[in-house]
Amino acid sequence: MVTALLDERRARRIAEQVPDPELPMLTLADLGVLREVSLAPDGTVVASLTPTYSGCPAMAEMRAGVAARLREAGYERVEIRTVLDPPWSSDWITADGRRKLAEHGIAPPGAAPARAAGPVPLVLSPTRRSVPCPRCGHPDTEETSRFGATSCKSLWRCLACREPFEYVKEI
Amino acid sequence: MSDDHVYMTLAEGHEDDTRWAYGTGFEDPLHGVDTAVPDDVDAGELASLCVTLADDALVCAQRLAEWTTRAPELEEEVALANIGLDLLGQARLLYSRAGQADGTGRDEDAFAYFRDAGDFRNVRLAELPNGDFAFSIVRLLVLASWRLAHFERLTAHRDPVLAAIAAKGVKELTYHRQYAAEWAVRLGDGTEESHGRMRRAQEQVAPYLGELFTAYDVRDEVVTVLRQVTEAAGLPMPVYRPLPGSGRTGEHTEHLAPLLAELQGVARAHPEGTW
Repeated sequence: MVTALLDERRARRIAEQVPDPELPMLTLADLGVLREVSLAPDGTVVASLTPTYSGCPAMAEMRAGVAARLREAGYERVEIRTVLDPPWSSDWITADGRRKLAEHGIAPPGAAPARAAGPVPLVLSPTRRSVPCPRCGHPDTEETSRFGATSCKSLWRCLACREPFEYVKEI
Repeated sequence: MSDDHVYMTLAEGHEDDTRWAYGTGFEDPLHGVDTAVPDDVDAGELASLCVTLADDALVCAQRLAEWTTRAPELEEEVALANIGLDLLGQARLLYSRAGQADGTGRDEDAFAYFRDAGDFRNVRLAELPNGDFAFSIVRLLVLASWRLAHFERLTAHRDPVLAAIAAKGVKELTYHRQYAAEWAVRLGDGTEESHGRMRRAQEQVAPYLGELFTAYDVRDEVVTVLRQVTEAAGLPMPVYRPLPGSGRTGEHTEHLAPLLAELQGVARAHPEGTW
């Protein structure tokens, strides 16, 4: 029993350390996409992952990455499950993950907008978001493009140090 | 090392590596999800609902992808491609669910690549050629508004897989609609030229609106959103003059078949191929 628990904890630690394919400074645990790791009675490691976006092309690689690392660590039977509910939120990026993003010049997300039940309201008035520059910390920044190289990021620039930077969007 | 086939040589030693797989033979996007259909859900109805929603998304994604290298600015190209990728992701999940529910076990490729135009259930609005940027924006606004309203209701569907796909989609469709609405206001309230193009786009889209509102009752909600946008944009609400027929029953315009020919060409030339 104790061995099984230790084994499960070890499997979890291994899965947690797999880097994200698109934001390699983050582990899957930092990103909040690794939902659960458990050890079935027959010795199968069951790891549950959730996609960030429906079209996330990195999902297959994440699955393959977790399975490969667990096999390398000696777990012969590995099962990767996809969890869709509840949907991923940028709020699940850990404090450690946010710190690593900022260290790599990517502004971490603010709190995801709370959503009431019922029809989603459309807000046409400009929403001012304050995103401090991840390089110089200056608050005077502007969005240059809502969409960027991956679904989760938008493009910004700092008006003080003039550096462009990426910003992980709240979702 | 085997020299007889370039792909074999490249793939050697990477058999488990999916990182450069683009094409058919993808891993099921619902891999490892509990696939049981609840007893109180009609599996056939669930499957056709999923196919309908997936077809809208796939066809729309294909049209959005056509903007790549052709959009007015690089930022818009990236935006339209991103939106298309979200819709493609939704289509993949929905096709997989449809294949589980209808009992055939068909995978996403079977639905996307090996059905003909008459089997597709997308609305005709989705398949119309891109036209100018104004037309694409008006179309995206209508389709995203309808899909968001519909998905919001589907989050309460008795099938937990469809409900979860919808809950995820709601987050994405919210910013798709936001993008289209902001452009609609900018163009409608812009120059004489951009305003005129928006008016023309509205007239081109109007005949196809009715198709969206027949099967699912979210009309009032969508009309409220469209009214909000047109008022802010200084545009009139389009006058609705319905066309006969509906993509929902497989009656399509002449534009769908060429779109599918391009989408399906490689998969059909190499039906057993995976890469």
